Order: sequence, then structure tokens, then C-alpha cells
Amino acid sequence: MLKQIEGSKAVAQGVALCRPEVICAYPISPQTHIVEALGKMVKGGELTPCEFINVESEFAAMSVAIGASAAGARSYTATASQGLLFMAEAVYNASGLGLPIVMTVANRAIGAPINIWNDHSDALSQRDSGWLQLFAETNQEALDLHIQAFRLAEEISMPVMVCMDGFILTHAFERVDVPEQAQVDAYLPPFVPRQSLDPAEPMSIGAMVGPEAFMEVRYLAHAKQMQALERIPQLSAEFKTIFGRDSGGLVRTYCTEDADTIIIAMGSILGTIKDTVDEMRAEGHKIGVLGITSYRPFPLTQVRDALIHAKRFLVLEKSLAVGMGGILATDVRMAVTGTGLRGFTAIAGLGGRPIYKSSLHKLFRQAEKEELPPNTFLDLDWNVVNKQLEREKQMRRSGPIAENVLHDLGIVSAKFG
Amino acid sequence: MFQVRFHGRGGQGVVTAAEMLSVAAFDEGHHAQAFPSFGSERTGAPVVAFCRIDQKEIRLREPIIEPDALIIQDPTLLHQVDIFAGFKPDGYVLINTGKSFEDLGLSEHIQAAYLDRWCAVAATEISIKHLGRPMPNVPLLGGFAAVSGKIKLASVIKAINGKFSGKVAAGNIAAATEAYEKVMAEKQAALRGGKNA
Amino acid sequence: MSFQPVKFYQTGTFTVGNRLLAPDERSVQASQRRSNSISSGHRACQGCGEALGARYAIDAAMEASNGQLIAANATGCLEVFSTPYPESSWQVPWIHSLFGNAAAVATGIAAAMKVKGKPEVRVVAQGGDGGTTDIGFGCLSGMFERNDDVLYICYDNEAYMNTGVQRSSATPPAARTSTTMPVGPEPGNVFGQGKNVPEIAMAHGIPYVATATVADLRDLEYKVKKAMSMHGARYLHIFVPCPLGWGAASDATISLARLAKETGLFPVFEAENGEVTGVLKIRHQQPVENYLMPQKRFAHLFGKNAHPETVARIQAKAERNIRKYGLLATEEN
Repeated sequence: MLKQIEGSKAVAQGVALCRPEVICAYPISPQTHIVEALGKMVKGGELTPCEFINVESEFAAMSVAIGASAAGARSYTATASQGLLFMAEAVYNASGLGLPIVMTVANRAIGAPINIWNDHSDALSQRDSGWLQLFAETNQEALDLHIQAFRLAEEISMPVMVCMDGFILTHAFERVDVPEQAQVDAYLPPFVPRQSLDPAEPMSIGAMVGPEAFMEVRYLAHAKQMQALERIPQLSAEFKTIFGRDSGGLVRTYCTEDADTIIIAMGSILGTIKDTVDEMRAEGHKIGVLGITSYRPFPLTQVRDALIHAKRFLVLEKSLAVGMGGILATDVRMAVTGTGLRGFTAIAGLGGRPIYKSSLHKLFRQAEKEELPPNTFLDLDWNVVNKQLEREKQMRRSGPIAENVLHDLGIVSAKFG
Repeated sequence: MFQVRFHGRGGQGVVTAAEMLSVAAFDEGHHAQAFPSFGSERTGAPVVAFCRIDQKEIRLREPIIEPDALIIQDPTLLHQVDIFAGFKPDGYVLINTGKSFEDLGLSEHIQAAYLDRWCAVAATEISIKHLGRPMPNVPLLGGFAAVSGKIKLASVIKAINGKFSGKVAAGNIAAATEAYEKVMAEKQAALRGGKNA
Repeated sequence: MSFQPVKFYQTGTFTVGNRLLAPDERSVQASQRRSNSISSGHRACQGCGEALGARYAIDAAMEASNGQLIAANATGCLEVFSTPYPESSWQVPWIHSLFGNAAAVATGIAAAMKVKGKPEVRVVAQGGDGGTTDIGFGCLSGMFERNDDVLYICYDNEAYMNTGVQRSSATPPAARTSTTMPVGPEPGNVFGQGKNVPEIAMAHGIPYVATATVADLRDLEYKVKKAMSMHGARYLHIFVPCPLGWGAASDATISLARLAKETGLFPVFEAENGEVTGVLKIRHQQPVENYLMPQKRFAHLFGKNAHPETVARIQAKAERNIRKYGLLATEEN
């Protein structure tokens, strides 16, 4: 049924349709509307049988999900940013134990400085944890990916993170088609665990594994993600037959067939990029877009195939590997190793900085002309940056950086020295 | 694509207004996208919200920088925030005020050809009358339906019923309807050339 | 009195003569039906109090739940010595997740059992003092606060033993650990620190809190069974001497546990909904020296550079406990 609702509510309704059995969550912006909506559904009897647990920290949230999943219950939680980091130990534990937990990450920047707005640093900080990571482009896809996530997670017995841009998607009202329960039931069968805590068949889960076996166990986690590379497109195709739309998959191409320049990105920014590309195409530019939906497992072959006939690519990412450059860009470069393709990285939108179509027009034209440094920081205020660098050169007690920058921008009126 | 930018202060229901406009547009079969500006929100602080309406899927995610319409819920923002940034001269403006555009110092913004696209309505007073409390956001939607013609009053009413119930819904509907009628009258007067600005 | 002890026992060891009792009066340990939840072959040290305590507690819990029990275990000695890859001593469904989350994992298991419509399956969480009083404290408190249907058992050997005997918030004053060395003006763990988790558990108002030692098997089994007869959050704090960490003889585990109780240093009691309802009385009060001297971790208090004033402070602590909990038997009781 078509509805005009907030992204968080759409996700909550999608998750509820998946018949979760244990939901546990700790509040953090900007995911709170999701779990609030689910909590209301459970308390009101709309979502049953389901246990909703208000936990005392994100670490507890993932731990409760671990216990519930290990005991055979379909488990779900949601978090962002600081919360994801707080549960990091448990995140690795869940994937190490092979528990098919599904978690929404409402992508948000990580502090310090504290920032509640969108970028991809949180999810990407856990990219090596063993969790599968899927990035939604729209609220429709965010809803759809949760259904695919439960199916995928339980099939390969690995946890899946569904990432959606905080505020930009979670708090946006847009049209979504909320599926019928029968459709979801046809796609997602009841959870049959590979292992579970059951008095009828006692087993020990979580033993120490020493040097003699650890490599094999870790390789098997990697092998499961390699299996997922095959299953993800198949599950997306199956989704289409039941629900009638394209959703999920490993990558999505747009106008790439004859493109000389291809822009690569993840998440909601793909929308703005496509509008920009349409306008440039209308002026005769041969430019296209490659959207990456499955970040982990990273679709090296599909990325390479999409880029191989182009002349150059630009990775536009909402993430920064401090001291190195792009994060997504590094993975993309791995995919095109040996092809000689020229690549550029643009870091944009950190901490929720809006990404304007007009800025993308300029940036993409520079990319076409290959007039970009290896790393570009889109719309960076160099005056402010240089002012701070100069300040630090001049005096030892230069003050906290964030506050200095805010002061220079006129956002705070605090006085310094 | 038609882009509406809402300006107000925290606590005035600016975000709800944008959301309800998107629901009204959806009810008419349009695609619509509504989202808040992502600044720190607290009661009394300037708040901006956005609503895009189009006939096809809306992919653009940037804040609205070239609005086709401005809905200004709090006129005290006029000289505090650059409300008209990017505003197209042929766009629509609806201000919540009982004052005239001259009193607000806006006369020079208005081009003669678009006199009928600038309307003022005392939405706060209307909401107090019908709801007992100052909540101008919903009446302003009724006014917007009138000044722009981009959505029908009936769709606004449907959106009200979707969000509220009982006396609150009834009060909001009455307020939206009164604002609609007042703005429609003002618009007709301007079109006839005798705008009482 | 917290329970009615069997009146006859072998002198010297206080062993209760199970063969002299009717089968239904025997302890779980003496029962032929004993589930042997933690089987032999684990890698615990000779004389490990924790291995003993876990065996006593989980066998009793299995008896009380008719074998319908799932256990979550924190990282620590018990977890490490009971599951040396590729073996496991556990004959109950058992999961080890992390160091600090046993209580939360147990909450999750209990929720799963509830949603699956299996209320007869009971859940136990267990951890050492480190995993309970320190790193696991947040999750423990959360589980208490929500009154989740979990019995949490803490095996307290008063330090982080598995990592090499480092101090925890359960380490007693003056004790030597590798991070509270017996040097300087205040040798060993300093006074004025430490956390009384049984009392904190009581402050949460949960249905049942009890302390026990491995010296009183029947008391321990009784408390486990009592806890298992209730639902909601329950906490059992078991004193388990560690011969290696304490520098004690490996055959002194039970006598040291008894001495901890008989000196008043470890009060043995039970509480319901935040109020003490029963106390295991001291039979013959012992001076703290009798407890401290057999342990090398207190050796710096005696001998050439003795610290009698520190011993006196420890004695004062014991006296406070005795007063506070009414640990001495009087004419009436």
C-alpha cells in the first residue's frame, strides 16, 4: 500500500512485517523514531509475538540481540554513530558467532566534535567486522532492504547492517509502498537457526579458538560473504518477482553504458547525483553513475565491469580515512587495479554538510577535464582552515579547534584569549 | 518540480506543516518530499523545513535554495534570517501576519505582475479562534492552497484528518478553511487590481 | 536462620553423611540424578573454588528446572578452563559472548524463551567478580532494573585471576595482587575502596539476593533452588577461594571459605525485595588472622615487617559485618 510517511516509520513497518521476535534498542539520534514506532506496535499488540526490551546502553542492545539470536529468536536492533562504536565489541562478537541479527544504522557522523548529522563514518568504521553492509538510496529501498536482510542473514548465518542516511532519509517524508504481510511471508520464511541454545540438544557456543584454528574460522566468515556476493543479486531478483520493484542488489548503474566519466557513491546522495547527471547529459556530457548498494561484501567484479569502459571515475563519499583519504575510494581502486583507469576522490557532506547540485555540476566538470587533485574536499571553507592553521603556528595555547572554527564562522560568540 | 520553503521558529509546527503539505500532495497523486533543515532545534530558534512536489519521483536531496514558494510562519524572522535567499521573483509568498506588507517593509520585494502571489493572513489569530492555542501552521496550509493553487483545500483537510482527530481535527479544518477563504479573497482583490496590501 | 541444617555430620570436616540420609534428603551433589552440568576434564587448577562453586550451583539449578536450563557465561577463568578448544565440559546449553555482557546476553535468551512460548526453560548468567562487579556492572544493573527473568551467579575470587591476578573492585583491603603490590606505605590493596554488589543488588529491589560459599554445600544448593523457585531478576554471590591467586594450599579451598564466613569477613545471608530475610550464623567466631595467615596474598601483614594495625583494621571490618548482619548466634537463635 502506498503511503506518504517518514522514513523511520517506513522502516519500522517493514521490520514489523518481518515478524521479529526480540527487539532491543537504546535511543540515539537519528534512529529513535524507528524503535519508538516498533515499541508502540509491540506494546499495542499490533506486533506479536515480540519482546521489546529497553536496554541501558548500545552495548547491552547488541548483547541482548546476541543472546536472543543464539536462543533461536529473530532479533533486531538499531543505532548510529557513537552508539555503534559503543557496541563495537559486541558487533564483532555477533558476526564472529555467526548470528543473523539485522541492525539498522541511521548513518551519522562520529565525534569528537559531537555531530548528530549524516555521514557514513559510523557504518564504515565497522566495515571489517564481518557484518554485511547494505546502503539504501531511498526510503523505499531502506524498507525493502530490511526484508532482504533478514532473509540473507538467516540463510548464510551472518549479521546484516542496513544503512540509511540519518535525517536525510530517516526524517524525510516520502512515498513508500509498504508491502502486505502475505508478500513478506512468501519471501521470508521462519527463522531456522544453524545453532541454538536448546536444553533438548545442549551445545557450547563461544569457545576460545587458538592459533591452530583461528585462521580457518575467520576464513569461513569471509567465505560466507563471498557466498553472499552470489546470493544478493538472486535475492534481489526474487524480491522483484514478489514485490514488483528493483531493490537491493550489489550495484546499480545509471547511464554508464557509453559514459566517459562515472561517478561512484552510496546512499541518498545518488539522487542528487542522478539529477545532476541528467542535466549534464542534456548538454551532451557522457557521464554516468555507479551506485553501490552492497558495501560489504564489496562487489569488486561488478565495480570493475561497470567502470572498465570509461575513461575515468570520481568517488564521491561521505567518509574520510583521516591520514589517508577516501574509504570507499580505496575499495573502488582495489576493484580497478591493473586497468589504468584514472580515479579521483571527493570527500563531501561530512557531518551533514549539504551537498548542492550546483557544487556537483562544478565538481563533475572538473572531473571530466581531470582537473582535480587526488583528494578533493567539496565546498571546504579554506579561509577558516587556513586561519586555524595559522593560529596554531603562532601560539601554543591555540584553543580547541572546533570552537575556534565555530567562532570564525560566527556561529558562537564565545571569546577566546 | 515545485519547491516550498517554510520558515518559522521551533515549536510552531514548521516541520509538521511541511510534512502535511507533502501528504496533501500525495493524496492528489503527486510525488512529494518533505524534510526539516538539520540545524539544532529548540523552542524559539529559527527553523526551516522543505517540501518538494513533482509529477515524478523526486531524487534531489539538497536543501531548497531556489524556492517557488515561501511560507513564513513568524514575521519576526524577516529581518533576522535571509528568508528571501534564492527566492524566484514569480514565486508565491504567504506570511502569517495581520500587518500589511508595507508595515513589514517588504513592499519593494513585490513585483507588480505578481501582486496576487503575495498574501498575508493572520493565521495565529485564526488558530487561536478555532483551536484555542496559537498554532498557525495548519491554517497557513489552507492559505497556501488558496494563494498557489498547487493543492486543493480538500487535500489539506484530508491531511488534517490523517494526523488529528476529534475536536483538534475539527478546529484545524475550520482554521484552514477560514485562512483559505481569506487568502482567496485577498488574491481575487489583487487580481482585480485593488490589492489591499 | 536461613535454612535448617542437617543435624549430624562427621566431626572435623562437617561433611554431611549422605549415605545416612534418605534419598530425598540428600544434596544434589549426592544424588544419582545429578546432571553433572560441568563435567570432569576441564582445565581448572587443583583446588579451584570456582569450578566447585559452578558445579554445585549449576547442578542445583538443573535439578530445580528439571534440566531446562540455558547458561550464559562471561569471559574469565570458568569460561576459559571449561571450554579449551576443541573440548567443552558443559552438558547444558551454554554460550560465552563477551567479558561485560553476560547479564545482557542472558536477558536476550530469556526474552527468546518468552517469545517462543517456553516459560519452563530457565536462564542463568554467570561470571567472576571482574566480569560482574566491574566491566559487567552496567549490564548487570540494567538486567536488575528491568527485573528480567535471569538468575545471575557471581563467582567471587576477589581479583582478575585468569589474566594474572589483577585487582578488581571485589579485591579486599590489604590483599596483594599484581596491580596492588605489597610495597610502599600502604602495601596491597588500599582501604576505602571496593563495591558491595550484593547490597547494590538489594538496592535494586529485586526479588532475591543471596551470598554463599563453597564451604556450605547445602546452604548453597538451598539458595539456588530457592532462587529458581522465583521469577524475575535474582542474584547469587558465591565466595570461591582461588589457591593460585591467593597463594593458598590447594587443599585449603573449603576451609578458607569456611573461615571467611566464620571470621565475619564474608557475611552469608539472603534477602528478598531489598530486605535481609535470613543469615547463616557463625558457628565459632575466628580471629581474622586464622583466615589471613594461610594466604600468601596477605603475607606482608605478618612476619618480619608485620602490620598489626592493618590486621586490626581488617578485624574491625569483620566486627562491623557481624554487627550489621547479626552474624553471631545468640541465646534466642
